[in-house]
Amino acid sequence: MEAFAYREVQANRSAIEALATEPQARFLAGGTNLVDLMKMGIERPKTLVNINSLPLQSITVLPNGVLRIGALVRNSDLAYDERIRASYPVLSEALLSGASPQLRNMATVGGNLMQRTRCPYFYDVAFACNKRNNGSGCSALEGFNRGNAILGGSDHCISTHPSDMCVALAALDAIVQVEGPKGERSIRIQDFHLLPEDHPQKETDLGPAELITAVDLPNLPFAAKSHYVKVRDRASYEFALTSAAVALDIMDGTVRAARIALGGVGTKPWRSTVAEQLLMGKPASEAQYKTAANVALQDAQPRKYNSFKVELAKRTLIRALLTVGGMV
Amino acid sequence: MSDPDENLPAQHLNSAVPSGPTRREFIGQVAVAGIGFGIGSNLHAEDYFQKTRAAAPGETTVHLEINGAQKTLRLDPRVTLLDTLREKLALTGTKKGCDHGQCGACTVLVNGRRVNSCLTLTVACQNAKVTTVEGLAQGDALHPVQAAFLKHDAFQCGYCTSGQICSAVGLLSEGHAQSDAEIRELMSGNICRCGAYQNILAAIKEARVAV
Ligand SMILES: Cc1cc2nc3c(=O)[nH]c(=O)nc-3n(C[C@H](O)[C@H](O)[C@H](O)COP(=O)(O)OP(=O)(O)OC[C@H]3O[C@@H](n4cnc5c(N)ncnc54)[C@H](O)[C@@H]3O)c2cc1C
Ligand code: FES
Ligand code: FES
Repeated sequence: MEAFAYREVQANRSAIEALATEPQARFLAGGTNLVDLMKMGIERPKTLVNINSLPLQSITVLPNGVLRIGALVRNSDLAYDERIRASYPVLSEALLSGASPQLRNMATVGGNLMQRTRCPYFYDVAFACNKRNNGSGCSALEGFNRGNAILGGSDHCISTHPSDMCVALAALDAIVQVEGPKGERSIRIQDFHLLPEDHPQKETDLGPAELITAVDLPNLPFAAKSHYVKVRDRASYEFALTSAAVALDIMDGTVRAARIALGGVGTKPWRSTVAEQLLMGKPASEAQYKTAANVALQDAQPRKYNSFKVELAKRTLIRALLTVGGMV
Repeated sequence: MSDPDENLPAQHLNSAVPSGPTRREFIGQVAVAGIGFGIGSNLHAEDYFQKTRAAAPGETTVHLEINGAQKTLRLDPRVTLLDTLREKLALTGTKKGCDHGQCGACTVLVNGRRVNSCLTLTVACQNAKVTTVEGLAQGDALHPVQAAFLKHDAFQCGYCTSGQICSAVGLLSEGHAQSDAEIRELMSGNICRCGAYQNILAAIKEARVAV
């Protein structure tokens, strides 16, 4: 690990100032991704700014019913929060399907949003990777791309976004609250993570000195009926091959509204509004769910080793829809 | 892997498989072994630690309570809690398996919560209370989890055991595991290469009654 200067901050302003003034500075939250990448020589901050004392630790209900989750709330505390379990079970389930209990005790909401891809070529500095070193090429395009994305890729990058939490947040239309040198702003979760296009190294809309302060969950009563399904190479402690976050509003056998997002298949957490629209006003039936799954994957661009993900993602989504619809 | 492609990275799956030492780490280890041969066996952990680290742009003072004892340490901010315990404080009960959060061998309790000490920077633990496997027993009386692991023979080689035990202590205080399936799932952050899972489960079920 390369040497770095270390600072602790007590106020949001000082955190932002530190990042704005010190070259190559990074926030340290749970450290579960950053410290790992620093050990690998992939992240080489000159300054680490420990933000763990900032007042971003609580989950509160705003007057308009929005649930505001502080950026430093730990993944385990969020997953077991009674309000989350009752009103947004998909988020609790997604969190509990990720990493391990120890890692979830450390990992924060802000860090989870910002975690970097697990593409093996990103992790192995001996290989070309546009995300690590833009212009060097993408080794995954013609390489061992079994885990890579089938949706949202470009000639420059096909790495997946690895987060489970973010897939649930995409389905819930969460809002990311940030604070920076120019003040505060809100970013919709769909706009927070960027497609790789020709800039795989730029992964989010977050500015260089901006701090994530919170994630807001809008009121969505039917999210009380929501579910996360994750498929992976082993039963636990593993990233998704495919996953689906789903919420359904069903009345008298008809779908009134749906939320659908996919994980493990996209270069960003993959909301499928086309599949949602297709279900609106249709019978809550397995046949309709199959059609929706086909539509959700219609733009898939599989590569040599990951074509299995197309069918697997469809089945994952169908299983999630059937479960929420009470049919399995 | 019998894959014909040459374009295979070291970590070829999207998986939590521990990666081997990097070239630099390997050379570092060989160099340390060389020093060991040169000056004999009286090279203590603390000396080793002081002599082999590179100069850093500023050591930091950290106050910690480790197994009930107050410690004040001067540390390079790069040092993980795992290396502090093992190399600086000679508390070698906590094990280093993968050093990347992928195995759980390094599990300790920080302020009562189980965490991976290999991904924890010691400087970020200012004033924290750390409990390692060495701190669980009360004098000669084993912690109920330790006693249950002994009784149920919940290990073979023992390398993962201190991490398993600390993790199980954390699991029991969290209180979310009821069924066998839940215990297994919530212990999945601790990998046992010897596959002692069946007996680990039995030990945790017994300890749950005692704790
Ligand atoms: C073995 C292993 C298995 C895993 N398995 C899974 C899995 O199955 N599913 C899954 O979803 N995840 C998994 N993870 C990833 C884990 O969820 C992330 O590492 C974690 O969420 C990151 O959070 P953190 O607080 O530790 O972030 P850190 O490591 O502290 O930070 C990560 C990045 O976020 C930035 N950052 C942190 N907080 C803020 C903020 N408030 N504002 C702006 N920037 C910020 C940091 O500067 C850094 O660049 C796994 C990790 C490991 C090590
Ligand atoms: S040593 Fe493997 S998880 Fe820390
Ligand atoms: S007892 Fe050998 S690794 Fe678990």
